[in-house]
Amino acid sequence: MVRYRPSDPVDFLVIGAGAAGGVMAKELSTAGYRVVVLEQGPRLRERDFKHDEFGVVFQRALTNDPKRQPNTFRKLESETAKPAEAVLYGRMVGGGTAHFTANYWRFHEIDFMERSKWGPLAGTGFDDWPIRYAEMEPYYTKAEEDLGVSGMAGASPFDPPRSKPYPLPPLPVKSSGVLFERAARKLGLHPFPAPMAILSKPYRGRNACLHCGFCEGYGCEVGAKSSSMATVIPMAEKTGRCEIRPDSYVRKIEVDNAGRVTGAKYFEARGREVFQRARAVVVCCNGSETPRLLLLSKSNRFPNGLANSSGLVGKYLMFDSGSFCGGVFEHPLNDFKSVQVSRLLHDFYGADSQRGFYGGGGIDARFDLNPIAFGLSGLPLDAPQWGAEYKRMLREYFTRSMYLLSHSTTLPIEVNSISLDPDLKDAWGLPAMRVTFKNHPDDLKTMQFLLDRQMEILDAAGARRKWAYPVEEITQGVHLLGTCRMGDDPKRSVVDQFHRTHDVPNLFLVDGSSFVTSGRNQPTCTIQALAYRAADHLARAAKRGEV
Amino acid sequence: MAAQIIPADETPGAREVGVIRFIDTLLASFERDRQAAYVAGLKQVEDAVKRLVPSASRFSELDEARQIEVLRSIETTDFFRLLRLHTIMGFFSNPQYGGNRDKAGWKLIGFEDAFVFQPPFGYYDGPEGQP
Repeated sequence: MVRYRPSDPVDFLVIGAGAAGGVMAKELSTAGYRVVVLEQGPRLRERDFKHDEFGVVFQRALTNDPKRQPNTFRKLESETAKPAEAVLYGRMVGGGTAHFTANYWRFHEIDFMERSKWGPLAGTGFDDWPIRYAEMEPYYTKAEEDLGVSGMAGASPFDPPRSKPYPLPPLPVKSSGVLFERAARKLGLHPFPAPMAILSKPYRGRNACLHCGFCEGYGCEVGAKSSSMATVIPMAEKTGRCEIRPDSYVRKIEVDNAGRVTGAKYFEARGREVFQRARAVVVCCNGSETPRLLLLSKSNRFPNGLANSSGLVGKYLMFDSGSFCGGVFEHPLNDFKSVQVSRLLHDFYGADSQRGFYGGGGIDARFDLNPIAFGLSGLPLDAPQWGAEYKRMLREYFTRSMYLLSHSTTLPIEVNSISLDPDLKDAWGLPAMRVTFKNHPDDLKTMQFLLDRQMEILDAAGARRKWAYPVEEITQGVHLLGTCRMGDDPKRSVVDQFHRTHDVPNLFLVDGSSFVTSGRNQPTCTIQALAYRAADHLARAAKRGEV
Repeated sequence: MAAQIIPADETPGAREVGVIRFIDTLLASFERDRQAAYVAGLKQVEDAVKRLVPSASRFSELDEARQIEVLRSIETTDFFRLLRLHTIMGFFSNPQYGGNRDKAGWKLIGFEDAFVFQPPFGYYDGPEGQP
């Protein structure tokens, strides 16, 4: 593998090796540029991935470490934030795509222009994107082909237009999918095979899924999950121009007197500080760490944080909203086997003014509770939670249950934000991340609306008993969006439509932070399509000498 | 107490599958910072025992019905939540951590650890489950 000297400026320094960073690394190195990727987490291999719920999920083997990287949380700016595990993200080469469930929904056309269609929403930053679905379509197609996505084109009447079918057929339907599909059809709805970034067949030298059942929260030990680690990272390295540097915790992006970035300072695993020089910097640290790094990168020239002349860095944070319910059936579903989700519906995707509030979402049928999680929270809330009857119910319910989860809109609100905690520090002595977040009332109404539909589907499916988990304000974010929003107006956004910051010509932010609105909270496909688009434009701009 | 959270019946309970050893190991390794919570929590339990049965000094001296009564009286406390969490973890985690002996927790609920499966996975996606 190529190694660059930190004192030797590379063409692009990419910070973060996740969903977007992996794509940027591959595309920019393939276009002929010299790239260094700094990743705070370790470089793991497929052989490191274990079917070990305690060791992986409960010990946070693949995600941010709340002990060394504490967060504080508050709902309102008037409160003092208290220590809490407010964000969860992938912390390794591969980022969140290593452990994600692999739901891979494109945005629909409406997601880019909903403000124009719906009208304004007072007290929010609800707005159109500066781009439209038609511009994104080729990049969605590229992402699906490059990474490997299984699905059925045309199976949902609500799907946006696409230029090519999915490169792989859908994964096999599970019992939860069969029950969901029958029930939904009975209700006049339109269920379809869930598009998943998991290989239903061997693809480009990679293995097909073995249906082990350990996708959500785990790395795939056979490389069938289309993570950046299994796909674009090796492609980037194969160019001979890309160096992936794990265990590198970036603390500051540096600028020169002309207001251009010159590289980044980071801590190596053993604590030594290194300054990697670069002609341009691409930040792909996710919607929570990207704004934090910009705020940490204060300088005389940028006293409020880098690229923050708008004051909007960190603002308009959107967490993933959704509602959850379960049902138990007469016969075993054995839904602990295979991928978590096989069927989905988008009938309630669009917002509808008849409902009296803004919002919409998708609903999937799933089973994503491994034995410990099932024991902790898989049974109905009003069932015994310990003792003899609890044990009897565990035995009856584990193989016979399924769950419906909705993924729904979260409105962008300016006070919802990532900022630097004034007191708490992380293990490197840097200000900890402070999270301020409270759902808009319409987010909650949407969740309740979808939950009611989910319960109707469980009824129609013939569940012997069904139970809902109450709709609550979200206090932990897993999909981290909106904090360096994209727009044409430098006063009202942080990056332009090609992810270049309005303030710094050679600084680019590519990840969930660019989102203007939340979509229906399945962001990974759009984050990666945006990255393909950003890389395409960036490589061409660099060739013209415009970086 | 773990033996009341997941009791033995015709199949092993938490005690029989090694949950106590699991928790001991946990508090000496991954969750050393929870030791203080256990010390304080066990004191709470002792107090609850004495409140209910003034002549008794230990939870383990009580008969089953009394033990359940004591746990009910503390089931909304942070300590009980922690103990329940650790009991369930020990019952269902991979046996390498000392609990779930002979995979008894997994066998109880029907979880299979083959990690390679073929469809049909369950009744409803199989031939018998078709309408």
